[in-house]
Amino acid sequence: MSNLLTRFLAVLSLAVGLSGPVIAQVNPTASSVTEDQLFESLGTAPVVGRVTIPDAAAAYLIKPENKSWAALQAETLHLLVVGPIVAIIVLLALFYLVRGRIRVDSGLSGRTILRFNALERFAHWTLASTFIILALTGLNIVVGRWLILPLIGADAFGTLSAWGKLAHNFLAWPFMIALVLVLLLWAVHNIPNAVDWQWIKQGGGLLKKGVHPPARKFNAGQKLIFWSVILGGAALSFTGIMMLFPAQAGTPADWQLYQTIHALTAAGLTAVIIAHIYIGSVGMEGAFDAMGSGEVDENWAREHHSLWVEEIKGETGAAGHPKAHPAE
Amino acid sequence: MARMKFLCDADRCIECNACVTACKNEHEVPWGINRRRVVTINDGLPGERSVSMACMHCTDAPCASVCPVNCFYTTADGVVLHNKDTCIGCGYCSFACPFGAPQYPQTANFGTRGKMDKCTYCSGGPEADHSQAEYVKYGANRLAEGKLPLCAEMCSTKALLAGDGDIIAEIYRERVVTRGYGSGAWGWRTAYGETVSV
Repeated sequence: MSNLLTRFLAVLSLAVGLSGPVIAQVNPTASSVTEDQLFESLGTAPVVGRVTIPDAAAAYLIKPENKSWAALQAETLHLLVVGPIVAIIVLLALFYLVRGRIRVDSGLSGRTILRFNALERFAHWTLASTFIILALTGLNIVVGRWLILPLIGADAFGTLSAWGKLAHNFLAWPFMIALVLVLLLWAVHNIPNAVDWQWIKQGGGLLKKGVHPPARKFNAGQKLIFWSVILGGAALSFTGIMMLFPAQAGTPADWQLYQTIHALTAAGLTAVIIAHIYIGSVGMEGAFDAMGSGEVDENWAREHHSLWVEEIKGETGAAGHPKAHPAE
Repeated sequence: MARMKFLCDADRCIECNACVTACKNEHEVPWGINRRRVVTINDGLPGERSVSMACMHCTDAPCASVCPVNCFYTTADGVVLHNKDTCIGCGYCSFACPFGAPQYPQTANFGTRGKMDKCTYCSGGPEADHSQAEYVKYGANRLAEGKLPLCAEMCSTKALLAGDGDIIAEIYRERVVTRGYGSGAWGWRTAYGETVSV
């Protein structure tokens, strides 16, 4: 026992001796890693190590690049999102002031033609209603804290945004189904052709009264909207799914890229859709009926989709190349 | 007012993970969430270093700048806290944070994120100090009792320091000068824009 005590005291005195101020300490691990060196060699790449907890993401110690994404979000992105939306509203307001409502030049005939059947209208309105909610809830995520939060207070805004997030996450799925449906229904009518070039050259007749370039079921402007919706919608769907399932999205940097693409595409498509809503409602007499009842006035149809009317009435051949009348 | 910060002296950290455990116990942090963790750099190599990391309570916190519902706020002590009543669990803060601090319980259907949880610097949340609601949502409020965060208080090697930034920086500086080496104030440059100069 006393032997043990002597040994203990000997070890203790050794320890005290070593930690005394007389003996200078030597760096026991001169090769030790330092933050400065790591940052120099890594640049902005994350500092990663090993953790004992099962969450692999926790092994990332410092990710300086995340601050760049945060800065983009806070300083730039909301302006890039709001910019095109405000711009299109201003442009449409100016257009309305200059051109006014586009009337049916030859007056309403009173006779109607079926333009969009029930399935087409169902697909359109499923796409439209979900898009409007997705756009509004998405905009709320980007600018709500500046525009709506000060108006209704933190609690109400928190509740609103929580419901908005749920709506955004779940209505994305009917939106995607309707997108596919619309593609299947209308892609064949939206293949660009020579008639579109003529339509574009005449400015679609939008700027001048009485000018009505020929068009089939969809004119060049509508085709532009169609492909914007399909391509923009596809981009939104893909990036959106990646955002919903971040574990499948790859690295956090990939997710950040998807989020940025998602926000910018959504802003662009929202601007396009605002113009679409304008021309389909207040902007043009007789246009809303196409998607409302599905029945459009014959004179409206002849002014805006002359070739389509001729086709369905069997008056001429297709594609604006009238067949020679059979000799009788 | 003090400007509260954390500083982990990696040359003292022995990766015992007691700070992680103490934090989980003190705040009854749910399964799957770690408000603090210990990361080992160059594990198994000569000169490996372990760093205990949690929310660094950044200056101009990036989480706060990206939050769509503006639920973050900075206290007079420089602690970055958030309001779980308005948090919508969108996950943006976790992509903005350079330190991996925000965590989410999977409470809703399809594994959607619940309300964000992170280190509170042992100072609760917006609820009344020491109320039951505060404890359930954010955990213990030691700062209101005049105590520092438990992780740092019980660190056996005093590697993890908590307290006013100037004071803990001075302590660290003295240590580095005395012993002749130091691997750096991990995360300071990223969180506060400047590291501790020795």
